[in-house]
Amino acid sequence: MSDDKITLEIDGRLCTAVPGEMIIAVADREGIAIPRFCYHEKLSIAANCRMCLVEAEQGGRPFPKPVPACATPVNDGMKVLTRSKKALDAQRGTMEFLLINHPLDCPICDQGGECELQDVSMGYGEDVSRFSERKRVVKDEDLGPLIATEMTRCIHCTRCVRFGAEIAGLRELGATGRGEDMRIGTFVERTVAHELSGNIIDLCPVGALTSKPYRFTARAWELTSEESIAPHDSVGSNLRLHIRGSQVMRVHPRDNEAVNECWISDRDRFSYEGLSSPERLTEPLLKRNGQWQTVDWQEALHAALEALQAPGPDQLGCLISPTATLEEQYLLQRLVRTLGSDHIDTRLRQQDFRGDAADPTFPWLGLPIAELEQQQGVLLIGSDLRQEQPLLAHRLRMAALDGATIALLNPYALALNHASLQLVAAPPALASELRALSQVLGKPVQGATVEISDRHRQIATALQAAGKAGQGLVLLGALAEADPDYSLIRALAAALAETAECRLGFLAAAANSIGSRLAGSLPHRLPGGAAPKRPGLDAQAMLTDPRQGYLLWGLEPDRDFADPSLAMAALRSAKQVVACSHFKSAALDEVADVLLPISAFAETAGTFVNAEGRWQRFQGAVAPAGDARPGWKVLRVLGTMLEFDGFGQNNAREVHDEVAHACSGLAPDNRLSDARALTAITERSAPSAGALTRIGNLPIYASDALVRHAPALQRTPLAESLAVYLHPQQAADLGLTEGDQVRLIQGAGSHSGSGSVGDNAAAKEARAPVVLDDRIALGCTRIPAGVDGSEALGPIIGPVRIEKIGA
Amino acid sequence: MSFRNTPLAVIQDVDKETLLTPELRAEIDKHVAKYPPEWKQSAVMPALTLVQDHNGGWLSRELMDQVAAYLDMPETAVYEVATFYAMYDLEPVGRHKVCVCNSISCMLGGAEELMHHIEKKHNVAPGGTTADGKLTFKEFECLGACRHAPVVMVDKAYHECVTPDAIDKIIDDLD
Repeated sequence: MSDDKITLEIDGRLCTAVPGEMIIAVADREGIAIPRFCYHEKLSIAANCRMCLVEAEQGGRPFPKPVPACATPVNDGMKVLTRSKKALDAQRGTMEFLLINHPLDCPICDQGGECELQDVSMGYGEDVSRFSERKRVVKDEDLGPLIATEMTRCIHCTRCVRFGAEIAGLRELGATGRGEDMRIGTFVERTVAHELSGNIIDLCPVGALTSKPYRFTARAWELTSEESIAPHDSVGSNLRLHIRGSQVMRVHPRDNEAVNECWISDRDRFSYEGLSSPERLTEPLLKRNGQWQTVDWQEALHAALEALQAPGPDQLGCLISPTATLEEQYLLQRLVRTLGSDHIDTRLRQQDFRGDAADPTFPWLGLPIAELEQQQGVLLIGSDLRQEQPLLAHRLRMAALDGATIALLNPYALALNHASLQLVAAPPALASELRALSQVLGKPVQGATVEISDRHRQIATALQAAGKAGQGLVLLGALAEADPDYSLIRALAAALAETAECRLGFLAAAANSIGSRLAGSLPHRLPGGAAPKRPGLDAQAMLTDPRQGYLLWGLEPDRDFADPSLAMAALRSAKQVVACSHFKSAALDEVADVLLPISAFAETAGTFVNAEGRWQRFQGAVAPAGDARPGWKVLRVLGTMLEFDGFGQNNAREVHDEVAHACSGLAPDNRLSDARALTAITERSAPSAGALTRIGNLPIYASDALVRHAPALQRTPLAESLAVYLHPQQAADLGLTEGDQVRLIQGAGSHSGSGSVGDNAAAKEARAPVVLDDRIALGCTRIPAGVDGSEALGPIIGPVRIEKIGA
Repeated sequence: MSFRNTPLAVIQDVDKETLLTPELRAEIDKHVAKYPPEWKQSAVMPALTLVQDHNGGWLSRELMDQVAAYLDMPETAVYEVATFYAMYDLEPVGRHKVCVCNSISCMLGGAEELMHHIEKKHNVAPGGTTADGKLTFKEFECLGACRHAPVVMVDKAYHECVTPDAIDKIIDDLD
């Protein structure tokens, strides 16, 4: 490659570059500052702000005019002057033009103090304007609850427009009009509905696009910055928390090319609002004679210990949110196991655990996140990817734009922003679809299959071709994981991946799902991934076979389980429930006996292991709300009070090091032991006649307690409410039309075959309106989980009966 | 990052046969055929012109959306084109369009006087339509015929070296 390098001179400094690179990219690498507004490393070149004009010469012949550094490719022997009189005059001239129409409202502008225009005008602007005419005023846009606009401040850099077109894949903003009348906007009144929309706030070099929740609450110079890791999806986006006093005021991305590049999802950006929710649990509470009483920590901890010891080892179950830190999960399993119980689990939304014995020790994405962009063929099984992992969806979109075949197998077709091949099948048929794909490749798997269509052939051959090139991937998502036949689907996916020579990968649902494997907070895993002598009960078994005592960690029992009704019934029947929580909730009030407030995201030190198996540590950035305490400290005290060994850590780092020590030598590996045998598992999701299968997808802003308490996100169009999405044909068969109110009935335990849908004794009821959607497979209905009203429902994937109200 | 040299097409999930009219589609296809297949959107300007002519001289948002769908473009990109060029009207217009060039040569050649004349005589401001719906009067960006300034475009015909008297006659002869 060395012969491909060229040499040029910028401000007298010799630089090496690759032919075709732009002057500004080389200067940036060399640390030579060139002012700019429209240029952005991740976006295409527009060259429309003209702020980066520099003087250049080639072969002793100067360019006749200053050239834009962002749009001028370098050449061997080129000489560039960024600070010559000619360059500075040009830059000052541009600055003067840009300031003509820019309002002088910096004192009331949120961008003031961190504004690129302000900074650059300090260097290149004049004190006095020569412009005495009227400045223009631009009518404001309403871009929804996340982004505040002040379009008069816009300098037309078009970064937001290019972001929409190139990164988000949703070209809603545009530059309409001409000359003086040009403006950036949606032209038609439209809310920008995209899971990455908040990034245009960072991209905007002026105060035209700012954060609405943060608006007018702080000044840039009052904030201190702390590094952190996003606590929602399994990307583990690197964050910068901006803090004033003990409050997180806003969240910005921190560049990490390998993980989140320079982007973050809106969920990661705006969920901090949940930290200051009035629903936060701020003091330890004890239930006495059915009444909640505030107590001090000492008393609460004693009560908790009593409650944990009372049921006896086998009668204690521990259920943990998969967003809990590695340290918390590790100490929890240590506490519970020392108490004699192996009933511990974080896989709250999984229903099928028959494949546990074949589980890989350290499952992962199958490849580093950045490599997703290079894949040539990807099959996503059971994943609403844009909702589950917005930034991974972005990576796959990049692959698709690069020509990759992105195929999906889901119970409903997804609205994607790139070309894709989608197979849509109701959950009972997902396995048959996978068998059909294997059959196309000449390696049939035992069991029923669907008729092979052209699309099956297209997908299978594309996967095989990509596999041959070493760039094929089969991914399993959250909808697959929630399926009552997950073990089977996983085994069939593994078989297909093997046949097509593709890699197999898991889209871990939550920030620390992978961490659970390493911390040992699973019934069949000890720290470091070793298997215990006898596995404990899994998340489902702990509920179908209720325990007398439960320890809940960081979850809302009516929202975070695969079967909220089942979970609530089990918790109600328990004698002792200790809940460590970030939030109060009616459900916890009802079932818990001791409530311990623990630190939420940003309030505690910890570690998350992301989808690609990357360990990312972070520090507590703000003080916990009220009397809440960091989770690992609470557990340390509990362990010490019981005089258990191994609870003497002085800080979170020591806990981390213990887990790291247990995991030394462990590398991510997705091989299933005995995958072929698992393909013979019998399907149990065969629906009874007349019943539909519910697809309880988890909408993006219902994924965990923190997001659910973030008000701005809840007001966006992406925040779904409870509704019954039906294919128009299905609705017609049921005699339903758009807007009809229906009663939803899901029977307890019907997924395990012990009861039927019509079992009235255990039936639960919820009401919701019908929405027609032709993307839903026939035979099923999409009814979101984790949203208001979904608490009364049963399994997220399982039979449901719909009755029209008033019929 | 580099220059973008491939178009960013979007997936417009509609049946193209339901868009516009069969005749318009055939006409647009003739223009589409002039460009490489992936550069279908290059035909957006002639397409808008055809659709506008077919719709009595103006483009509604629905029509622009249909053009976007037909050419697999984002709607916004079509709005950008339609709002930039002066020959597209986004509101209903009169039976005729009188467009006076306002660029430098025409301005020096008396375009301002001409505009004041039309404004007074027909009681219509630039951009407006007369009460009887006969004509829409527009101030236009350079018509590109500077040698014979001032230039007025009436519907699709150019009139050069136009004086107030000449424009009166031209307008009287309409309809």
